[in-house]
Order: sequence, then structure tokens, then C-alpha cells
Amino acid sequence: MKMLAYAKLDSPIHRLTGAAKLLFFALWSMGAMITFDTRFLVGFIVFGLVLLKVSRVRLREYSFLLYLIGAFFLLNHVAIYLFSPLEGVKIYGTKHVLLQLPGRYDLTAEQLFYQLNIALKYLAVIPIAFLFILTTDPGEFAASLNRVKVSYKIAYAVSIALRYIPDIQRDFQNISFSAQARGVDISAKEKLGKRLRNVIGILMPLILSSIERIETISAAMELRGFGRGKRRTWYKDRPFGPGDYGALAFIAVVLAALVWLTIARGSRFYNVFESPLF
Amino acid sequence: MSLFSARNANPLSIRNTVAIGIGSALFAILGRFGSVPSGLPDTNIETTYALLALFAILYGPLVGLLVGFIGHTLKDSIFYVSPWFSWIIASAIVGLIIGLAANRIRARDGEFGRKEIITFNVVQTAANAIAWFVVAPTLDILIYAEPSGKSYTQGLVAGASNIVTVAVLGTLLLTAYAKTRTKQGSLTKEA
Repeated sequence: MKMLAYAKLDSPIHRLTGAAKLLFFALWSMGAMITFDTRFLVGFIVFGLVLLKVSRVRLREYSFLLYLIGAFFLLNHVAIYLFSPLEGVKIYGTKHVLLQLPGRYDLTAEQLFYQLNIALKYLAVIPIAFLFILTTDPGEFAASLNRVKVSYKIAYAVSIALRYIPDIQRDFQNISFSAQARGVDISAKEKLGKRLRNVIGILMPLILSSIERIETISAAMELRGFGRGKRRTWYKDRPFGPGDYGALAFIAVVLAALVWLTIARGSRFYNVFESPLF
Repeated sequence: MSLFSARNANPLSIRNTVAIGIGSALFAILGRFGSVPSGLPDTNIETTYALLALFAILYGPLVGLLVGFIGHTLKDSIFYVSPWFSWIIASAIVGLIIGLAANRIRARDGEFGRKEIITFNVVQTAANAIAWFVVAPTLDILIYAEPSGKSYTQGLVAGASNIVTVAVLGTLLLTAYAKTRTKQGSLTKEA
């Protein structure tokens, strides 16, 4: 099973500091969460795709993820329509029926536009999320968190998590395969009660070995005096360069424009049916 | 009751810092690979919430909160690309609330009998109900403007399934864990 992981490459995006990318990603996601303005969302997606191109990250190996996301996406949209086929009419205040359907399930232009915006909102985050994960060195990530004022102990905890995810994944697979080789089944073929007991049989060794690992690591850290100082330095910490300031200034301006427009309009929704310009 | 467990006077002690890291890694791995079919369509037993409950009881509310938050963010990011913040916050709240019972349940000292099982299940039911019936759907509506009927139904299904999962697996895990610990005062002085 593949997971998204950093790969060392050289591009303008890779050269940005982790802290700048983290802030950029956070502000970007915030923008995509606030707005339902189609023009902003399309802009976000196009710009995100351009950045992906610039970064030269290889996405082909992650194409399976697109199916996963696509399936989730489709299910979500069907559910929205089934539960609330006239949500768009409620939001935009007009009703243009495109297709007569039984009951309240008339297909309206408003509903299509509303669901299109939800889809765009979700898509707007994906290119930047990909970029952030694939171009940020996990070692530098902890330093970045600390730089944006997260307590260094919590930053260090995140770094431990990233460091141990592959180990724990391997442990989990080893335990679960060796249990299965002994006939311990956790699939739907086993009766529910037995299946649950089998799950415990796999979880218990994983958790006990992890708790043991916590004791070992914390003893080692204590011996090295972790947590004595109020601050700490980081091996991979880098100072901000012009590129970092540029990227942050850019996203700040976009976010300010978006917030201004939202307040001026008094709504997060861009109403193409009433005022196509505003 | 103080927010942070009295035994660990410092909520960010070295051991708790490491527990947040390892707990988050476990949360991410079990969140991705630890789903077991429940027999009902489209509902899985999410073993990762039993783990979150165990860590919250063993290490307290701050560790519970951060394992839920960091673990869920990492799971979403490295396996599904895009973090879904409303549910991440809900996971963090589950960890925080269950962790508040850490002082009353001393599984680390081998104590996990009838009284502790009842306390644990009352608290975990409250935690999951608040997180999945209220917080997650409300944030879904605020952030993503999803239809309220859909969000609350989703929250109801997820919450109910997590309550049952933690009631069964969480209780079994804590019982099994408590058995591996030596009870306090279990030694008697020979005459």
C-alpha cells in the first residue's frame, strides 16, 4: 500500500521553507472553506494545477488515489441530492426547473450550481495538499511548526509520528499476517463475535509493543535532556527568503480580497442567477 | 477535577510528548487499515477509536486531544490527500472528553473492574455523542454548507457505530491491558 511521501527534487516550490508552505496551505484551505464563489474556486484550482506543474512532482504513482477520492465524491453528491434536492433553491432564492422529476426531486439549475460549487470547493484544496505533502521534508516540518509558534514539544511529537508511521505500519502488517497464517480471520467470513475477539488478538500485541516503545523512546529522550530548555534549535530550520515572503504576501492578498468580497456581498455565495457580476 | 491528570503533573511531560507521537502514528495506521466489516452495509468497525479511547485513559485529556487531532490530520493527508477538518476536530474532542476520565480509571495500576467499566462507557458515550451528533455535522454545515438533514444523519450513523465500537473493543482492550499490569498493593507482607 502506497502512501504519500516526500521525495527530494529541486524546484522553486521545494526551495520554499516548510514554514512558508505550511502557512500558505493553511490560509489556502481557509479561503477554500470560506468561499462559495465559483470564480475564486476555479482560480484556486487553475493556480494549484500550475503550481503542481512547476513543482515537477510525479503524480502518476498516486493515480489510484484519484479513484478513491472520486468514489467518495460521487457518494457524497448522491447523498446531498437525495437528502436535499432543493438546497440550491433555498440558497439562491430562485427556481429554474430543468427536468421534471417525481416528488420534490425536480432537477433545478440552482441545485446543479450549488453542487458544482461544493465539488469545486473540495477540488480547490487537492492540488495544494498534494504539493504540501510531496514537497515538504518531514524533518523540516517539525522545525516549521515550531517556527509558526506551535510548542516545540508538540512539533516534536508530530515529528515522532511521521518517523514511526512506517515502522508501525510494518508491525501491524506482520502481526496481522502472522495471525491470519494461524487462521485468525477478521474478514466478513467469520462470525461477528469471533471476529471481534480476533481483532483484539491483533490489536493487543500492536498496542502493548507501542506502549513499550513509548517507554524506551521517552527514557532515551530524558537521558539526553529533552525539554529542559524553553526553546530548542532545529537542524533543518531555514530562515525565510524572498520567495517565502512573496508566497505569503500573495495568499494574504487573495484571502483579503475574498473576505472583503464576502462582507461586501453579505454572503459566501456567488449568486449567478441574480447578479452575475457580483 | 483538574483538566490535566494529577499523576502527570506536567501535561507535556516527555512521556506524554512521545505518547502523542506514537499514538498519532497508530491512529493513522489503524484509521487506514484497521477498519473491520460490521456486517451492516457501508458501516465499518473503526478500531482506531478504541485505540484513541485507550490512549486518552492512559495518558490524559491533552494526549487524547492531540492524538485525535494530529492522528486524524495525518491519516487524511498521507492516505487521502485532503484533510476534512470538521471530522478532525470531532476526533480531537472525543480524545479530550474521554481523557477527562483518566483520573478515575487507573488501568495503569491494574484496576479495571465493574465500576471503571461503567464510568468508561458513560464518558465515552457522552464524548462520541457530543463529537458526532453535534460538533461534526454542525461544522460540516458551517464550513461546507452541506444540507443539514444529510449531515446530521451521517453524524448519527458514525456516532452510533463509534459508541458501539468503543463500548465493545475499547472495554475489551482496557480489560486486557489492565491484566498485564501489577495491581497496587498486591504484595502482602509475610508474617
